[in-house]
Amino acid sequence: MSENLLEVKDLYVNYKIYEGILKVLNGVNLTVKKKEKVGLIGESGCGKTTTMKAIMRILPDNALIPNGNIFYKGRDILKMSDDEIQKIRRENISMIFQDPTAALNPVLTVGAQLMDVIKYSTDEELTKREIRELAIKALKDVALPDPERILKNYPIMLSGGMRQRICIAMALISAKELLIADEPGTNLDVTIQDQILRLIGRLVEERGISVILISHALGAVKGLVDKVYVMYAGDIVEMAPTEKLFSDPIHPYTQALFKTVPKLTGGGIPEAIKGRIPDYINPPKGCRFAPRCIHAMPICMKEKPPLKNIEGEREVACFLYE
Amino acid sequence: MNNDEIIQVKDLKKYFKTSLGIVRAVDGISFTIREGETFGLVGESGSGKSTTAFTIMGVYEPTDGEIYFKGSPLPKSVKKRPLSLRKEMQMVFQDPGSSLNPRKRIGQIIELPLRVHRLHVGRERERVKELLEMVGLPVDFINRYPGAIGGGEKQLVAIARALASEPSFIALDEPTSALDVSMQAKIINTLLRIQKELNLTYLFITHNLSLMRNVASRVGIMYLGKMFEVAETSEFFHKPLHPYTKMLLSAIPVITEEEEKIKPKRVISRGEIPSPVNVPSGCYFHPRCIDCMEICKKEDPPMVEVSTGHFVKCHLYT
Repeated sequence: MSENLLEVKDLYVNYKIYEGILKVLNGVNLTVKKKEKVGLIGESGCGKTTTMKAIMRILPDNALIPNGNIFYKGRDILKMSDDEIQKIRRENISMIFQDPTAALNPVLTVGAQLMDVIKYSTDEELTKREIRELAIKALKDVALPDPERILKNYPIMLSGGMRQRICIAMALISAKELLIADEPGTNLDVTIQDQILRLIGRLVEERGISVILISHALGAVKGLVDKVYVMYAGDIVEMAPTEKLFSDPIHPYTQALFKTVPKLTGGGIPEAIKGRIPDYINPPKGCRFAPRCIHAMPICMKEKPPLKNIEGEREVACFLYE
Repeated sequence: MNNDEIIQVKDLKKYFKTSLGIVRAVDGISFTIREGETFGLVGESGSGKSTTAFTIMGVYEPTDGEIYFKGSPLPKSVKKRPLSLRKEMQMVFQDPGSSLNPRKRIGQIIELPLRVHRLHVGRERERVKELLEMVGLPVDFINRYPGAIGGGEKQLVAIARALASEPSFIALDEPTSALDVSMQAKIINTLLRIQKELNLTYLFITHNLSLMRNVASRVGIMYLGKMFEVAETSEFFHKPLHPYTKMLLSAIPVITEEEEKIKPKRVISRGEIPSPVNVPSGCYFHPRCIDCMEICKKEDPPMVEVSTGHFVKCHLYT
């Protein structure tokens, strides 16, 4: 249990664009242990998806990684050959994307796409019949009714929730050790999102794999993960066991973020965090949250606070806890 | 009819013909919106919330039914509505990226309603600046293009444009669902402040029930074109009656223990909203309902008033 499956260390990612260089990831550190369920929350544009794409090595061509390591079972993904990373993507780590419609090929049947994934997920030579049986089993596992018919369907013939289930089925074939779920229910209705999240939770548990669940819907990760990382503008600002984080957030950003979430108990919506997410071309020198922080001190404007372990099981990057 | 009812919708129907058959997007709904309140409309996608708003606004002509505005019937199409009436009713759309003309400066966008309705003649520029200030945007935005500002700021521009004609009623169709929570907080607070200042009436559409709890005075819940339950907001959240309402409330992801407590006991979400072309018999919700009875498969239940102002459409309460 204590063994680290994935370890992201001091990862920086920049994007080169016409206007200059966007310094997006600013030294991200996160670890995922075997069988651990990890949540990653933060507002859009904070670098959640960039971090995950770096892990999968699917960043766009204009992305640069000036510094950092991503250790997968002790080996650096960033230094692997294309063949090696492809093998890992085929067999060990897989990702579910936010928009299931864009993730599926509209001109191929679900069966053709799913069976392709199965064929390449193993070195064994499978017969067509075996592949088909595995495809049907994969669809049954994600609770899709009438899998034989669905294999013949094109994605457009299915609802958004069903498409997302198919993406989960596909991802699980290759995710023998780690599943990355990037906002898996965000575009779907709340009842469907609820079903999808419960499904992912059950399957991950059954198969004993690790999962990273990304969401900007804060409540969505709560019932599902063991620990949560909070990201702000390319930095991990806080990490804590799920219950602790939601009952007692300690980073000023996490505290402010939780306050802005409308509560089912009513009471109005508190004022938004003042200011806006920094410009990634010229990000603030010290703590990237300092310009918006109500507790900002002179040091926060000059130095970047390191992510420090406190109370043994939680981490925070803030000079208030120095 | 009460004088304070600004909008009255009576048995409204809007059907669309498609190659697959007739879609009953809105299928006989009735409700009223009182002056100065925020009437919330919730439901899953495809439930007919937006169609209802578009029909009230006159974008779609209703297939059947009546809409009254301040007591007098509204002409069905917006084209037949006099300018003075159009001035009174405005709308803010879900995606601010596509509801603002990317080739016009923000000043021009907000100024257009002033010119159309001949308001503040001769001092349009100043009025545009006042409107920008009203929604909390810097006045130097006047010369910028929509592409140069963020999504939340675009939505504030859309709100300023809606306010420009000095309406008494605004339909807000998922105004924050494309935005982050902190931007959402800013926009919602701006909307609520302006509502108080100008005594506006809102029709607020969202699928986010936690948000609805905090903005609406009354809530109506829609499913496949039908209204299932209407109640005062606190009643709606503390004493939900319809099994569908309970399922929706139970599915909301929440972050605090207090919220967990007011959620109905775990009603497992199951099934999906059926195709609107091929709707179930009887009560439309019966295939997903945990309390489904024999009668539900055959008969569509009537809307009944269970307690004052709390309406529900379910055989459990007839």
